[in-house]
Amino acid sequence: MVIAEIVISLLILVGAFFLFVGSLGLAKLPDLMRRLHGPTKATTLGIGSMLIASMLYFWIVEGNPSIHELLITLFLFLTAPVTAQMIAKAYILHERREREVLPDTGRPVGWATLDAAEADQHSEPARTSSAE
Amino acid sequence: MIDIACIIATAAIAIASLLTLYRLARGPDVLDRILALDTLVINTIGLIVVIGLWFRTTMYFETALLFAMVGFVTTVALCKYLLRGNVIE
Repeated sequence: MVIAEIVISLLILVGAFFLFVGSLGLAKLPDLMRRLHGPTKATTLGIGSMLIASMLYFWIVEGNPSIHELLITLFLFLTAPVTAQMIAKAYILHERREREVLPDTGRPVGWATLDAAEADQHSEPARTSSAE
Repeated sequence: MIDIACIIATAAIAIASLLTLYRLARGPDVLDRILALDTLVINTIGLIVVIGLWFRTTMYFETALLFAMVGFVTTVALCKYLLRGNVIE
């Protein structure tokens, strides 16, 4: 039981450390693409280990295993990449400097943020003409 | 022992939230502020989980799940608005 408590305490501390590091990276790093890096680690490692700690606690110490933590973990792990990708897309569209340094995609269609996809090219007018 | 770990974790999350608030107030771009809000929601979820462990109750997990959902929808709606000028087309 003591070993379980030590493991749970360590997992809580690891989670708090990663949450702190994620926010420190957000406050300290110089531009948005690098700032994006920190909070995604906080989501996966920080919240992940905290939820494992809580799951172990209610399973081993209290004796009633609960499934809620797994739901939160699943939801966060599914949504964190989507959020990061949306913010990066909006940044590429927003920042003109960023567009010039983007590498070529190597395909007839350009970057998804700036050009319409191949299938949409015939059905939907390009973004530049629909903007006004 | 778990209580002491919870106190330390709460303090660490408080400092992390202050750093996030600094970026929210300072952030040069609107996207920095969106990212800061998203991180603030993540910090809040961590805090709720720690408080649930501290008070020995499973009551708070629904709150954490709700926070996760609302945070995700908020971030995606704000980014969608910046990308397309509209939230729902």
